[in-house]
This record gives sequence, structure tokens and C-alpha cells, in this order.
Amino acid sequence: MSPRIRVRRWGADTWALGATLTVLLSVTVAGFFVLSLRGLDLGAAFAKVGHDLGILFLTPGAEHFTLPEMLQGLGFTLALGLLTTVLGALPALVLGLFAARNLGPAWLGWVLRAFVAFVRAVPTVLWVLIFAIGAGLGSVAAVVGMTFHSFGYLLKAFSESFEELDDGTLEALKASGADWLAIVTQAVLPSSLAALTSWTFLRFEINFVTAVAMGAAAGAGGVGFDLFMASGFYFNLHEVGMLTWGILATAVALEWGATRLRDSAGVRS
Amino acid sequence: MTRVGKVFRDRNLLLWGLLGTLLVLVWGSALLTGFDFAEGVASFPRAFAWMGANFLPNERAWNNLPSILNRLGETVVVSVQATVLAAVVSFGLALLGSRTTRPHAVFTPLVRALGSLGRNIPVVAWAMIFLLAFGQTYVTGLLALLLESVGFLTRSFLEITDETAAEPVEGLRATGAPWGTVVSQAVIPTLLPSLTSWMLFMLETNIRSATLVGLLTGTGIGFSFDLYYKSLNYPSAALVTLCIVIVVLALEAVSNALRKVIL
Repeated sequence: MSPRIRVRRWGADTWALGATLTVLLSVTVAGFFVLSLRGLDLGAAFAKVGHDLGILFLTPGAEHFTLPEMLQGLGFTLALGLLTTVLGALPALVLGLFAARNLGPAWLGWVLRAFVAFVRAVPTVLWVLIFAIGAGLGSVAAVVGMTFHSFGYLLKAFSESFEELDDGTLEALKASGADWLAIVTQAVLPSSLAALTSWTFLRFEINFVTAVAMGAAAGAGGVGFDLFMASGFYFNLHEVGMLTWGILATAVALEWGATRLRDSAGVRS
Repeated sequence: MTRVGKVFRDRNLLLWGLLGTLLVLVWGSALLTGFDFAEGVASFPRAFAWMGANFLPNERAWNNLPSILNRLGETVVVSVQATVLAAVVSFGLALLGSRTTRPHAVFTPLVRALGSLGRNIPVVAWAMIFLLAFGQTYVTGLLALLLESVGFLTRSFLEITDETAAEPVEGLRATGAPWGTVVSQAVIPTLLPSLTSWMLFMLETNIRSATLVGLLTGTGIGFSFDLYYKSLNYPSAALVTLCIVIVVLALEAVSNALRKVIL
């Protein structure tokens, strides 16, 4: 009898994969035994949520606000997203040049990348609440906090886009005697413009969602605040449904724009 | 004017036009949100000075560490659960919807629509919806994160099944293998590394979102932060922030290392 043909290879990758999936699955299963339901009747709750979702999506309506007021809320939230994206993108663009491994000094790049890794690790809502103590709750704190987190996110994205520039181009320009500013304006920025635009729009999409969240969790106003009132104070499912439809339509439109930009720029998010 | 000159002039006009439009939009946004640039800039040094003086863990805060870690553990577990359950659901949906494995073409638009619904309704909205039925329990956050994750993972799983599974599936199908064998012998072995990489990415996202959801639904680490923040116990709130940062950075480091090995 001929020996069995080995069709599976057990390398380090197989072990790492197996270990990762085993840990994740064990935590998932063990979690259901450890976490407390605090006396919640799961069956009744699932029945209620099915009923709730039906009302929400099929019979949206408004009592405490009019349709123009809802659109105004959406406009406010979109404006918050746009403002914080642009304000975060400008310093990220300049400092991103210094953080890129092929453009800036090594020590400065390291310091910048470590700093924004920390900025990104703090969830946006915590930045907003922390800035709120200095600036007062409301839109100023939301703008500053969201801007700060966007800056951290975009600096990483931008500097990595700059690093994709071909080393040969850089070398040729240096050999021809071009100074740093000429290299940046004539080679780096033009070749990464599409990627920068794509990343910025993607962040705008994220910031719209974050702006909804800040309205609900940090008193920043806009459609998120309306949602918080409808669900947490009036318990009005028709209103929650109306606002959810409005947010969904806006988010779908933004995603469509971001996907088109991403495809034309050839960037994977 | 030469042709080349016109191309450059047109391009510059377009760039300046776009910049001008953007400037008007930003100015309009600042007006609409009532944002004062001077105040915004001034609040930066003020906030950092305040943080340096008050937002540092002290002796009393360290005494709260066991309770903070307990809450943090809850958040991590819920994030893992949401990610794993979402991966299972999304993989099923991707098999139904992908060009290479779908039983019928009608499923593709249905699966895409379902994914879009999941990810384009913000996790905050899902949380506010589930809060009404599930109250201040971990299930509220779990379901909100689950739907959001299903939305994102379904889209990425669909893309990679379309792109990378096509050839092995075709090969196995040519031997006359039934659907179940094609999935277990061609699709799963080919895709498992990239599916796992996406799961790790989703887990990172979920841990950040879980803090926000916890703040709104009164569970996990978000609840801890809210509690200390509202009772003006800033040193403890700072410790909560520090713990979150450590977990997020550690998870990022671990998943980057894992990706290098498995991909």
C-alpha cells in the first residue's frame, strides 16, 4: 500500500490561526455563562424587540418635531461631520509629511506616530467628554474632540499614503537637486492626491456617524440628540423610526460617495 | 496658448474651484453648528493644562481598579461575542450572496441590502432601539454591536469570496463535488486566514464602539467612565481611560503580529 499523501501542512500559520479562533470561540461561549442577565426574560425581550422593529420601520411618524426640523437636525449633524473632518485633515496633511518614513527625520516620525496611536486609542466620545470640561458641553467640545480623533486617524492614513511613493522617483528628484519642498509639491502630493481624497471622504463618512453618537451621548445636538430624546425620554417608537430612516438614507448616500472615490483611487480601506 | 498650458490652467482652475467650495462649506458648517474658531483653538491649551493637573489617576482611583477591570472584562467579552457571532452569520450570508457559491442569483441583492441596513444604521441608533426591550443588560450592547458587525463583515466577506474563492471552487466543482464539499474543502480553507484578519479588525472597532454603547446603555466600561465622570471623580475617570488605551493598543499589537503570521 502506498503511503497516504499529506494534503495538509501544519506550519506556524496554521497553529496561529487555530489558536486565534479557539480563543475567540471559547471567550464567546464562556461569556454567556459568566455575564449576568440581571433578571431579564430573554424570550419576552426578543418578542418585544420584534414588535418594536415592526412599528419602527413600518410606521415612522413625528410628534415632537416637524419634517423640516428633522432635516435641520440632519444638516447640523452633517455640518459637524464636515467641519471636524476638514479641521482634522489640515494639520494631518502637514504633519503627515514629517511622519512618513521616506520624507521626515526618523525620530520625528517615530514621535508623531506614537502620539497619534495614543490619540486614536482613546474613543472619540471620551475625547469629547474630556474637552467638554475645558470648553463646556455642547458643540465646541464635540468639534474639538472629534477633530482631535480625526487628526490621529488621518495622520496615520496620510503618512502611509505618502510612503507608497516609489523610492526611485524620490531618488531621481534628490539627484537632480530638488529641495524638500519641491519634492513634496511636485511628486508626493500630486501622486497621492487621489488616496488623500479617498481617505478624507471615508473619515467624513465615519464622522457623520460619530456626530450622531455625540448628539446622543455628549449633548452635541443634531439628529443624534433627537434620537436620544425620542428613545430615552418620550419612548416614541414612531419617532425613533422616522429618525432612523433619515439617518439611514444619509449614511447610504455618503457610503455611495466614499465607495466611488475609493474605487477611482484604487485605495482599500 | 499651447495645449499643455491649457491642460495645466484647467487643472489649476478646477483645484482652486474645489478648494473655494470646500472653504464655503466649512464656513457654513461652522455657522450652522455655532462653532467659534478662536474659542476652539483656545480650548486646546486650556484642556491640556486641566488634564495635566486633574486628569491623572491618584491613590483613591487605584483602589477602584478591581471594579474597573471587572467592567472592562465585560466590555471585552461582549465585543468578542459580537464579533464571533457576526462572523458566523456573515459567512452564511456571504455564501448565499457570493457569485461563486450562491444557490440562486436572487440572494445577492437581498444579502447586500441586509448588510447595508446593518452598517448604515449607526451602532448608537441600534443601541437606543434595543435599550427599550433589553434594558440595561449586556444583551443590548451585544445586539447593537452584532448588527453593526454583520453589516460590515457581510460586505467584506462577500468581496473576498467573490475575489479569492472563485478558482478553487471552479476546480472542485469540475470534479463533480456537491455544494457542501465545495464549501468545506475549497471555500473555508482558502478564505479562513483573510476572514480571521477581518474578524480581528472588527474586534478592534467593536472595543472602541463598545465604550460608546456602554455609556448610552449603562453597561461595561462605558458605564464606569460615565459614573466617575458625572460624580466629578476625574482621577478615576482617567484610570478608566488609561485602561481602555492599554487594551486597544495591546489588541492592535497582537492582531498586527497575528496578521503577519497567518496572511
